[in-house]
Amino acid sequence: MNKPLKIVVLAKQVPDTRNVGKDAMKADGTVNRAVLPAIFNPEDLNALEQALRLKDKIQGSTVHILTMGPYRAADIIREGLFRGTDGGILLTDRKFAGSDTLATSYALSCALKKMNPDLIIAGRQAIDGDTAQVGPQVAEKLNIPQVTYAEEIIGFEGDKLIIKRRLDRGVETVSSPVPMVVTVNGSAPECRPKHAKLVMKYKHAKTIFEVQNLEEDYYMELRKSREYLTIPEWGVADVDAEDPQLGLTGSPTKVKKIENVVFQAKEAKRFTSAEEDINGLIKELIASHILG
Amino acid sequence: MANFFLDNKDFLYHLSHPLMKKIVEMRERGFADKDKYDYAPIDHEDAIENYKQVLTILGEICGDIIALNAESVDHEGPKVVNDRVVYAAGTQENHDALAKAGLYGISLPRQYGGLNCPLTCFVMSNEMVSRADVGFENIWGLQDCAETLNEFASEEIKQEYLTKVCMEAATCAMDLTEPDAGSDLQAVMLKAHWDEEQQTWLLNGVKRFITNGDGEISLVLARSEEGTTDARGLSMFVYDKKHSATKVRRIENKMGIKGSPTCELVFTNAPAKLVGDRKMGLIKYVMALMNAARLGIGAQSTGLSEAAYREALKYANERKQFGKAIIEFPAVYELLANMRAKLHASRAMLYETTRFVEIYKTYEAIAKERKLEPEERAELKAYSKLADGFTPLLKLMTSEYCNQVAYDSLQIHGGSGYMKDYPIERLYRDARITNIYEGTTQLQVVAAIRHVTTGTFLAKMKEYEAMEYCPEVSHLQKLQSEIIEKYSKAVEAVASKNDNEYIDFHARRLVEMAGHIILGYLLMIQAAEDDNYRLSAEIYVKTSVAEVEKSYKYIMDSDPEDMDAFKMIKNA
Repeated sequence: MNKPLKIVVLAKQVPDTRNVGKDAMKADGTVNRAVLPAIFNPEDLNALEQALRLKDKIQGSTVHILTMGPYRAADIIREGLFRGTDGGILLTDRKFAGSDTLATSYALSCALKKMNPDLIIAGRQAIDGDTAQVGPQVAEKLNIPQVTYAEEIIGFEGDKLIIKRRLDRGVETVSSPVPMVVTVNGSAPECRPKHAKLVMKYKHAKTIFEVQNLEEDYYMELRKSREYLTIPEWGVADVDAEDPQLGLTGSPTKVKKIENVVFQAKEAKRFTSAEEDINGLIKELIASHILG
Repeated sequence: MANFFLDNKDFLYHLSHPLMKKIVEMRERGFADKDKYDYAPIDHEDAIENYKQVLTILGEICGDIIALNAESVDHEGPKVVNDRVVYAAGTQENHDALAKAGLYGISLPRQYGGLNCPLTCFVMSNEMVSRADVGFENIWGLQDCAETLNEFASEEIKQEYLTKVCMEAATCAMDLTEPDAGSDLQAVMLKAHWDEEQQTWLLNGVKRFITNGDGEISLVLARSEEGTTDARGLSMFVYDKKHSATKVRRIENKMGIKGSPTCELVFTNAPAKLVGDRKMGLIKYVMALMNAARLGIGAQSTGLSEAAYREALKYANERKQFGKAIIEFPAVYELLANMRAKLHASRAMLYETTRFVEIYKTYEAIAKERKLEPEERAELKAYSKLADGFTPLLKLMTSEYCNQVAYDSLQIHGGSGYMKDYPIERLYRDARITNIYEGTTQLQVVAAIRHVTTGTFLAKMKEYEAMEYCPEVSHLQKLQSEIIEKYSKAVEAVASKNDNEYIDFHARRLVEMAGHIILGYLLMIQAAEDDNYRLSAEIYVKTSVAEVEKSYKYIMDSDPEDMDAFKMIKNA
């Protein structure tokens, strides 16, 4: 099957937890988002690359990003446009605040019903929560098949999509009819860089909210004549979601306690610089997935 | 997560230079493309925003990919496999990243798929790429060849080849030198003959020391006029690798810039297209190409100085001896401050020269579209003359400075710097070529000296002298005026002997005196902007005074007969 695909990539703006400093956590144990730069969740970038490759392969296909988050998450839509997506939707509403994975996947699935894509691709998990639940839950809510741990979406054989999965002890190739959800591993190819021409084209793309908050909209005329410079925002009403399933009320997950991990002296090991000691250390680090 | 554009605010200073307004307006022809291309800017601010965005993408690739590959590329280098060049893995990754980001053709016109950024942005890109990996800058910077095609080739050739650069990220090579034609290109022997049957020019012969010799597009200097032996028999051709009519015989094993493949090429009945007019190959096109390449080396040298200075600064802060960081010792902080002054001076000269080149070249391009107004023609002439003088001066000063900066940076590293454990060992080797290729320092002096004797440099100095400066550097104005005086006396003393060999004898001294004075002014202009520039101006001008004084003394005490003692070396 080589008919054009309508692809939606689920992406999340996350605090960059990879370079955490001393003040990354507040006294109450929650993440101090103010000091951590907000970035495109890394595995969602891997997912985006898979989507863009399919678009390159199957002429006429489109890729849109769907992201749920505060107003500033519009950055994620722009990042997508700079890399080759056709557009994106920012799902934003106060009522979404405080959502756990269940409430998030409910909200996303409501939006997806409206977007009606052939294929939904998401990163395996976000680096702030590490749950890997949202992709699978979206598939369940939409009642469509799902393939997790994908490393490469190879293409269609007949009307089935062939997907290579990366598992602990090997690689598995599976197939599934569309529509479906695929979640992509960090081991998949890195996302392409921003493209110079696309950055020039889309650099003024903004949501209505962002435009309203500009001191003066210098490029208003341009936005009028170029529709693609307006990033759509959807709220609860736009996606026909039911309030009780949203935000804090829709989230059964309760965080009971957060603890700082403090390394104790007894956990320390001493190594000499002898060859066998270093080899042993490296083997241990690889075994515990710290290296390699 | 390094970004070589965002971490260097000198770029923003030069992007907001007063002349940029004119440059952008000219380059965009009054923003005529805005309804034709969705990525064209609509006004000056929009254009500058575009440049910043493009350079930010490039800066990220430089910091996160190219710089990290530099060491492995230096170890691995390119290989010849089945007569073709295979880049080091890191080199290929660098190229692919820039290609995917759509950066090739950064300053080529939009009609061929280019980004139409000003030359200033292309030069900035060269500088950043060089800071990341000096050798790779050659491959990136050879887009100069496309610029030359854009200037002189027919529309048909431009459509074919410029589109290839922009849309397929085709890399270029300029095939000029041969085993017996290095600095003296008049001796080029590679033969071009018109083949009636195939209705094409065919190239036969050998080229040597060709950077990126196996690139997709080659500009080849060849002898098209049988029986000739000088420049008038040479024409410029463009050859496409798709014909598979060249073989890479070997890659040179160089001291530095190891990632940049330096090839010996054999052409066997290689079909090629004539660029521009016959017999103008060396006289017109290679001269344009060489000037562009010299500007490129200015950028390469400045990027290298930036890298070497940063390595030294980092090391001097980290390394502790006698109970404190070595940067605390006067011997070390003096070296560092001098390095930074030379770096700032190099960059100031680089972008001043770029602006001159850009304005006259854009006027030349506009002249092909419409008749220039008289005042525009006058500006073209004035900027063209300045560019002609500043380009060799830039190449000379910046390449010598990057050697000095690399040398001092290694010195600050001490014994560690001599080991392959630190990047400075690589930078030191890479620096050594900058004052050799695209014309040695000695040949830059030959190109620049006429601007000493005809007064181009002096006139520009006087212009700088008459400008207003911020109060913090006003005390330097007097010093500068004094050395201008000494410079003109020295020029007069040498010229008055009416002896060309005597002028050649003192030429480097005179050209460098001019260089010191001009670079000093450029730093003084920047001093109002930032205290670090002021400090560099202070250090640089005071050093210039001593340097100029030294040459002045030597020249004033000398006589043509003094040359005899040197000439005797010929009998040694």
